[in-house]
Amino acid sequence: MIPQSFQYESPGTLEEAIQLLHQYGDEAKILSGGHSLIPMMKLRFATPEALIDINNIPGLSYIREEGGKIKIGALTREVDLERSETLAKIFPIFRDATKLIADPQVRNMGTIGGNLAHGDAANDHPAVMMALNATIVATGADGPREIPIDEFFYGFYMTALQHGEILTEIQIPVPPAGTGSAYHKLERKVGDYATAGVAVQLTLGDDGMVKAAGIGLTNVNPTPMRAGRSEAALIGKPLSEESIDEAARLASEDCSPSSDLRGSEEYKRAMVAVLVKRMIHEAANKARQ
Amino acid sequence: MLKQITVTVNGEQHTLEVEPRLLLVHMIRELLNLTGTHIGCDTSSCGACTILLDGKSVKSCTVLAVQANGKSITTIEGVAKDGQLSPLQEGFKENHGLHCGFCTPGMILRATELLANNPNPTEEEIRWGIAGNLCRCTGYNNIVKAIQYAGAKIRGEELPSTEPEFV
Ligand SMILES: Cc1cc2nc3c(=O)[nH]c(=O)nc-3n(C[C@H](O)[C@H](O)[C@H](O)COP(=O)(O)OP(=O)(O)OC[C@H]3O[C@@H](n4cnc5c(N)ncnc54)[C@H](O)[C@@H]3O)c2cc1C
Ligand code: FES
Ligand code: FES
Repeated sequence: MIPQSFQYESPGTLEEAIQLLHQYGDEAKILSGGHSLIPMMKLRFATPEALIDINNIPGLSYIREEGGKIKIGALTREVDLERSETLAKIFPIFRDATKLIADPQVRNMGTIGGNLAHGDAANDHPAVMMALNATIVATGADGPREIPIDEFFYGFYMTALQHGEILTEIQIPVPPAGTGSAYHKLERKVGDYATAGVAVQLTLGDDGMVKAAGIGLTNVNPTPMRAGRSEAALIGKPLSEESIDEAARLASEDCSPSSDLRGSEEYKRAMVAVLVKRMIHEAANKARQ
Repeated sequence: MLKQITVTVNGEQHTLEVEPRLLLVHMIRELLNLTGTHIGCDTSSCGACTILLDGKSVKSCTVLAVQANGKSITTIEGVAKDGQLSPLQEGFKENHGLHCGFCTPGMILRATELLANNPNPTEEEIRWGIAGNLCRCTGYNNIVKAIQYAGAKIRGEELPSTEPEFV
């Protein structure tokens, strides 16, 4: 399978890349790791007339702590997220999630920016970013702007990114002590997209009360989904089997999975409930450590 | 429009004029006639097309040749040095790590990066490490042994038994 012909540009600066996006108009696409885009181009589901390869722009791959936030450059590869000690300390959820994304070769190419910009509810980072309350930084001709994660995913493969904008950075607030996070997805085989996936971050007070909760769901809704009612069922109460059961039940009711090769709607709802419970327990265990 | 690219393949520099849509695996097989890199699935699932791009294992059916511009590539043809099999090649040979051999070049390139990052992987790390490479023949056990053998050889330790495992 060979993609349709296209023009290829590999700018050396962000300004040049943005200018090229404007020059080629709607028919241009950004190329990061290429591991969602190239398969789609080979199948001719995507037929861009121009690819703007941003891999030769220096300074887009980093993980650093700054001003109470972790900042991750859009071109940071999965393999670098997987190995980062900075992330492992603050957000154990990244190791959970990256290990389950595809396989080592794909993780050598795939980037966090591309994973989010693709706008696919089957990808794993969107739910993780919801649990962590991330902010997306998009840079266009007028400079950078910040987009809260809850306003980022619009529809099937659609995001708040405007034409001519490049996702340049992801910012995640560093949580207070007493916070833990966990991710797991049910998959048919290693490297598969999720049958259902659940990301949880919890902050527990010294008194055992839940001070903050973030819960994101993978591939059980047309868009990546925050389980808002489940979060509310936990916050401001001591963590108990009852509140955890309630959070699990609400998530399985509020999502909207479709029946497909990975399972029936009913099965997926049941799995969401199981995973929400397990991930709350796991996040709470890490929060207590 | 053709693009000029320069790539170093198995230590040798090539300057090529390519269409931007040319896949790296086709460049390797058809322009450079290095047919040891196989195409299995053509959908980034099987790992048969795995090569090293600047030392990192990637699936060359899902990379454009233009993305390799200025980079160095290792294919299975470049793994043996001066007629000496690499530790992994020797491991696969000694441990019956292959039957039909279709997956083997990809397995060896993937395992090359795995051992470069972690010369003493556990069995679990090896199995996760080759999760992107499918083998339809061996049942994987002898591939795991082959990689363990190569690890021991690289570390200069006593080599494990090469009794084949039949399951
Ligand atoms: C076999 C296989 C299995 C996979 N399994 C999983 C999985 O289990 N979980 C998972 O989450 N993912 C999975 N993926 C997807 C993989 O993680 C992709 O790498 C990722 O979705 C896209 O990142 P990329 O850097 O490759 O982006 P690309 O493919 O380069 O781009 C994807 C889209 O985003 C746009 N884009 C890219 N970067 C930017 C940017 N900085 N700003 C604006 N727009 C941008 C592109 O124009 C394109 O439309 C799998 C892929 C393969 C091939
Ligand atoms: S041919 Fe490239 S992964 Fe199968
Ligand atoms: S030896 Fe035949 S596919 Fe692996």
